Amino acid sequence: MNIKKTVTLSAIAFFLTAASVWMGRVSYSWFPPQASAEAILYDDLFSILTAIGTFIFLGVTLAIGYNIIFHRAGRYDTGDGPPIEGNVRLEILWTITPLLIVIGLAAASYQTYDKMNLHGPTEIAHLPQVMDSAYADTGETTVAPMTNIEVNSKQWAWVFRYPEKNVTSTELHLPVDQRAHLKLRSQDVIHGFYIPAFRVKQDIIPAKTIDFEFTPIREGKYRLRDSQYSGTYFAAMQADVVVESAEDYNTWLNTAAKQTPSPAPNQAASEYARREQKSDSAGWKTVVPAPAPMVNYHP
Amino acid sequence: MTITTNPQELIQEKPPNWRKYFSFSTDHKIIGIQYIVTAFFFFLLAGVFAMIMRGELITPEPDLLDRTVYNGLYTMHGTIMLFGWTFPVLAGFANYLVPLMIGARDMAFPRLNAAAFWMIPVVGILFILSFLIPGGPSQSGWWAYPPQSLQNPTGNLINGQFIWLLAVAISGVSSIMGALNIVTTIIRMRAPGMGWFKTPAFVWTVMAAQLIQLYGLPALTAGAVMLLCDLTVGTAFFDPAQGGNPVLFQHFFWFYSHPAVYVIILPVFGIFSEVFPVYARKPLFGYKVVAVSSLIITGLSGIVWVHHMFASGTPGWMRVVFMASTMLISVPTGIKVFAWVGTIWGGKLRLDTSMLFALGGLINFVFAGITGIMLASVPIDIHVNNTYFVVGHFHYVLYGAVVFGIYAGIYHWFPKMTGKMYYEGLGKLHFYLTFAGTALNFLPMHPLGLMGMPRRVASYDPEFAFWNVLASLGGFLLGISTIPFILNMVSSWTSGKPAGNNPWKAIGLEWLVSSPPEVENFEEIPIVISEPYGYGKNEQLTENMG
Repeated sequence: MNIKKTVTLSAIAFFLTAASVWMGRVSYSWFPPQASAEAILYDDLFSILTAIGTFIFLGVTLAIGYNIIFHRAGRYDTGDGPPIEGNVRLEILWTITPLLIVIGLAAASYQTYDKMNLHGPTEIAHLPQVMDSAYADTGETTVAPMTNIEVNSKQWAWVFRYPEKNVTSTELHLPVDQRAHLKLRSQDVIHGFYIPAFRVKQDIIPAKTIDFEFTPIREGKYRLRDSQYSGTYFAAMQADVVVESAEDYNTWLNTAAKQTPSPAPNQAASEYARREQKSDSAGWKTVVPAPAPMVNYHP
Repeated sequence: MTITTNPQELIQEKPPNWRKYFSFSTDHKIIGIQYIVTAFFFFLLAGVFAMIMRGELITPEPDLLDRTVYNGLYTMHGTIMLFGWTFPVLAGFANYLVPLMIGARDMAFPRLNAAAFWMIPVVGILFILSFLIPGGPSQSGWWAYPPQSLQNPTGNLINGQFIWLLAVAISGVSSIMGALNIVTTIIRMRAPGMGWFKTPAFVWTVMAAQLIQLYGLPALTAGAVMLLCDLTVGTAFFDPAQGGNPVLFQHFFWFYSHPAVYVIILPVFGIFSEVFPVYARKPLFGYKVVAVSSLIITGLSGIVWVHHMFASGTPGWMRVVFMASTMLISVPTGIKVFAWVGTIWGGKLRLDTSMLFALGGLINFVFAGITGIMLASVPIDIHVNNTYFVVGHFHYVLYGAVVFGIYAGIYHWFPKMTGKMYYEGLGKLHFYLTFAGTALNFLPMHPLGLMGMPRRVASYDPEFAFWNVLASLGGFLLGISTIPFILNMVSSWTSGKPAGNNPWKAIGLEWLVSSPPEVENFEEIPIVISEPYGYGKNEQLTENMG
């Protein structure tokens, strides 16, 4: 291999690496804010995958582009190219390298998955947990360890129940920096519990209770969306998630406990009522939305 | 038996008659074109559905359509694109090309072949009719997950979901019949001398794909029949309210429907493997490895289905096992990608329309493969599962790679099928519009998914508006991009220049016969003596035909 070739190849490798590292950095900006401990782990893993993916994509497209530009047949050239049928060493190389890459990625993914320690369905034993969980131990906890918040889903509403104070709400309130324990339930069809800012998601299977955990780490208001298609008003099945300090959380819970239950606004129910009033409704017959939920607290 | 040599009789048979395409013909070439043209009609129909959906999604509010109509449209868009377009169009290519490529006079079971084809219009008509019945078509997505798919708000026995399940079952029967025919043909009817490693890569991929149909479709059909029983006669296989298990259906469904993606992509890999050597003027790089890697994909594709269910009710160990198997499948797939790059490397590239579509399809496929590996990673999938990131990923596979591959195949074999040349300028215009439209339509879906926009929504939060406007414009551009294609095909077929037997100077048995080939393809069965990609070697492919 002559010097010119070595310099060119090194320059290309340097360019690809630089572009990939840069893309990996940029990938953090594609997400909602990192509002949970899981989100930090998630975005790091995604960044690694983005960098490797960028390297492969640019490598292949550059190779194709090089040939399109420099190896076009001349206008009157009807001849064939060199009859190269293969190269065993090259073929072994491009079998082994991807194999090693995917083994590495699978291992990295498993490690992240284990750290995130999402519970999911618990009726079947989990793999042994060797890594530290993503639980951000702040050292000082000002609220008692959280009991399980019940998440009740139905077509098409979310209702959250805090059993220790018997409070119901259509807004999910969580204290910051505390592992949240949820019990997910569905009354009718499969729904999906999905908070993009937390990077967590779990399908809710009817007639089952699914335990779910994560750790919010950033105060603010986020969106909870149904992620498993649940029928006509699926897109409208959303709720707000409020992450607040332990004091604010306790204040909210105590205030809510004193409220008498009242019907919460519900987009599906009101849209359906409006549709039924119109005589020229263009839609087909739908499952009737559950009536607006009666809750202690609604925004 | 005496052979009539009366010239008048021969002339009477000669002029090709358009009516033959509407008959119960048993000629594999006519059936192949019947499949391709019928499927293209359904492609346009489901494409119109997609454009109406993109019209709804150009604004965040649900203002264009009632939500039930949107849900019906997205369900039928996916359903018709899969069961009306991709499966049939690739069955069409397999039908047309396999006997010609292996030196056979027809398929093994010609009447079964015709019967399998004529079920496709029935399936399509059922899908279209379901829009006209009370309650409209199925509105549960092409997965039809119970218990949502069992809800049947009309209470009628004949409802959209019922017709949907019936049509899917008929389509399954048609596919099983087709698969049986194609596999038998490939195993039993290759010309003398055509050992496995002299068989073209397209035939290998078709074989690999149709084997999946044979082992996978029974699972889907069983699941569909059980769901049909739940819906109509009150069994409770999948209804949790009566003790059924809805996740079981997901296993039945994905056990077939993930490998189904390989049923679709494998023949497209085959088209790439045929097109690149011809327009790069070089042998297919590592032909034997490329051929065998198809069968490895067939095997691995049977053990990856749970990756669609990482966020369903699956236990942790299952998630990890299926993550590993899913990532592994990128190895045989990567072998093919590198082999194609190796094929064009240092060749003499001719950028005819077919080559442009193949190169564009390859680039899109690499992109789709990278997002595919991301999705295989359990923790990554948990956030983006059921978001637009997945929609972007599989449209890059199914449009970016599969539709591009199909277009590459149509342009490449159009002269063979019709005997006419297409117009290169219109073809290139078609390519550039399609490539731009694909990027504009499907690239924005990736950031949308990462931001957390769920798929299958008729309305969304205003924060997602920007990328949705771009995607909608891309969708309309893709609609426009089909116009030069249709113009090109219709005008070329009726009044194009004669193409001759082998306009691309390609190697392959199909290029040794006339364009279009005679009814029985080969006057004399060829005796194959060389490997199928001898570009630059100046060797004879057959002993008796040149």
